[in-house]
Amino acid sequence: MHKLLLSTSVGILALFGAGVASADELLDLQKNPKQWALPTGDYANLRYSKLKQITTENVGKLAPAWSFSTGVLRGHEGAPLVIGDVMYLHTPFPNIVYALDLNNEGKILWKYEPKQDPSVVPVMCCDTVNRGLAYGDGKIFLAQADTTLVALDAKTGKLVWSVKNGDPSKGATSTAAPHVFKDKVLVGIAGGEFGVRGSITAYDVKDGKLAWRGYSEGPDSEVLLDPEKTTFLGKPVGKDSSLKTWEGDQWQIGGGTTWGWYSYDPELNLIYYGSGNPSTWNPAQRPGDNRWSMTLWARDLNTGVAKWVYQMTPHDEWDYDGINEVILADQTIGGVARKTAVHFDRNGFGYTLDRVTGELLVAEKYDPAVNWATKVDQDKNSPTYGRPLVVSKYSTQQNGEDVNTKGVCPAALGSKDMQPASFDPDTGLFYVPTNHVCMDYEPFRVSYTAGQPYVGATLEMFPPPGDSHMGNFIAWDARVGKIVWSNKEQFSVWSGTVTTSGGLAFYGTLEGYLKAVDVKTGKELYKYKTPSGIIGNVMTYEHKGKQYVAVLSGVGGWAGIGLAAGLSKSNEGLGAVGGYKALSDYTALGGVLTVFSLPDYALPIVAPAN
Amino acid sequence: MRLPLVGALALSVFMGVGTTVRAEAPGDPTAVKEVDGKWFDAQSKPTYKVQADGTVDWYTFSGYRRYHAECHVCHGPNAEGSTYAPALKNSVKNFNYEEFYGIVVGGRENKQAGNDSVMPAFADNKNAMCYIDDLYIYLRARSTEAVGRGRPEKKAEKPPAFAEAEAKCMSAK
Repeated sequence: MHKLLLSTSVGILALFGAGVASADELLDLQKNPKQWALPTGDYANLRYSKLKQITTENVGKLAPAWSFSTGVLRGHEGAPLVIGDVMYLHTPFPNIVYALDLNNEGKILWKYEPKQDPSVVPVMCCDTVNRGLAYGDGKIFLAQADTTLVALDAKTGKLVWSVKNGDPSKGATSTAAPHVFKDKVLVGIAGGEFGVRGSITAYDVKDGKLAWRGYSEGPDSEVLLDPEKTTFLGKPVGKDSSLKTWEGDQWQIGGGTTWGWYSYDPELNLIYYGSGNPSTWNPAQRPGDNRWSMTLWARDLNTGVAKWVYQMTPHDEWDYDGINEVILADQTIGGVARKTAVHFDRNGFGYTLDRVTGELLVAEKYDPAVNWATKVDQDKNSPTYGRPLVVSKYSTQQNGEDVNTKGVCPAALGSKDMQPASFDPDTGLFYVPTNHVCMDYEPFRVSYTAGQPYVGATLEMFPPPGDSHMGNFIAWDARVGKIVWSNKEQFSVWSGTVTTSGGLAFYGTLEGYLKAVDVKTGKELYKYKTPSGIIGNVMTYEHKGKQYVAVLSGVGGWAGIGLAAGLSKSNEGLGAVGGYKALSDYTALGGVLTVFSLPDYALPIVAPAN
Repeated sequence: MRLPLVGALALSVFMGVGTTVRAEAPGDPTAVKEVDGKWFDAQSKPTYKVQADGTVDWYTFSGYRRYHAECHVCHGPNAEGSTYAPALKNSVKNFNYEEFYGIVVGGRENKQAGNDSVMPAFADNKNAMCYIDDLYIYLRARSTEAVGRGRPEKKAEKPPAFAEAEAKCMSAK
């Protein structure tokens, strides 16, 4: 495979050819920086590319090379795939898939548009987003809004198989990209605001046969926990570790959904992801730690059985939905080389764990505004080891139902939401798109009805006192848990980033700018205003000797709710002069992919091969 | 007074859910009559009451709270709309209480190229139906800006009649 991939055209033939056997085709594909074969770039979710035609020196000359309208207006998250000479692009509901010919100026090779019952639209919390496609075994995988997972022939777009993963009439939907690891395609489920019981499911890439499903809460046999062997902070979880932390059968509507990005370590054969908030948002209605919501998971790819778990926010009181990605970087900490797992949680703490054992190494605030907890207890002898030390004033549980708890930072959308961060092995730093927003939160009693919102709190969001900006783009040292540099952004940074060997980090902004900054200093070297606000992820690829950078524009999602008409609380009295203005003053709807490259005159002169 | 769920369903059928109903403006929102802490306009439709010192009636506050749990994930904070759902503070200027009721109970679909939207039916959702008048009252107050953005700072005490009706409605099977 390696040899074949030296030539893209031969490589693609091999991909689609019958009987090409590889232990792990994707492992080979992701080693070729010319392609972007996984929604996360690679198994480890580093979102780092070795391409370096575009550098800190020449990025100022970057220019749009071509663009493509998706024909859909709602929020556009995720990024396209590039495999060989073909780009695969997805849209929000109705979840159209386009195969675009890179040899022919993006001509449409095929288009797939599923027929879905539109009644799924209103059960999608926070817009009808879809975060992209996966590739494997000659197929393109799409997780439709209505939870149908489809496998399409990558060459023709014809449906090969499909399987239903959940029940939208009960509020279950799909927003996340599927992930192919080796011979399995993994999908999660969304619907924490509808009391959906979260799960992650693995299907065989060949035929869609269910391999395993692991729930976030319930009996050990359904959560796929081994009471003796699955560990939590180094100790076995014991029998019924989830059931014991819920009152009665509340776990059946307990949330803990799984709509983030997943990562995979092929050496350990473990997959990593986070589970979301427990349902409802009213903590008084669900006593207990609500395990294993708000948890980082390491599961065996073959069996689904958890090797370790770590619950970050026991008994959530703020909707700090723990689904954000787990980045598998290898780092030296305290002189010891470690296989680490790095996770920027909605709760405002950046966690570094040993991904082999689940040992907690670092847990520090990655936004200084975070105030709901003083710290995460890292004293192994303490009875509260591994738990956040909650500040009573900001505890919506302690303050109780029908009480408005004020000034909690971060807000429910978290110091960072699902938009993925990136790693740069050259600097050893992580590049993190963040939100800089606080909230007032008032929980109250709600009643559960299948398929109906099950929220139970009202909240208002605003920038931290004294600040007028609502986002930061930061460089983070996960070995020590410190911010290295931080760039202010007027709005939350809602776009996934990519870092390159050219010494650059790329990200998008809600106003619609694609930006490139120097990874060492954060200095902004390039910006270009695309047709709409960016909530998609930046990706990069090479085609015919040219490096391209691509990003989806199309404002919407959570950001489209909270920011389209301005945040809910007036900032008068907060000392912010000029303050923020409604996002609608800057941008309007529209799904467009914009692809950038250096103009020919700006290309670096390279000695021809051979 | 709240309509029981059965009554609500009957009303939705009567109104022809999902079809376009000729819009009728709600008329003057001025509160003229109070019953157990709840205010009504001259046509006996639920409305808001804001005192000179800014104190809002309990129902307006309750509507604010429930709106920001059940409605705002689509319709945006303060009923000002999102990138994909209309600003209800404007919508309620165009239809009356009965139409509002029918849409909440039965839902509706709007088809626009590339931007289809679907309002779900809330008929069996107690978090909406037990508070439907509260929601209407809050939106009506927003439609005239009698209540500004954000949480009303001062509110009337929760009326005993409200507490009683709420407990009954939320615990009904």
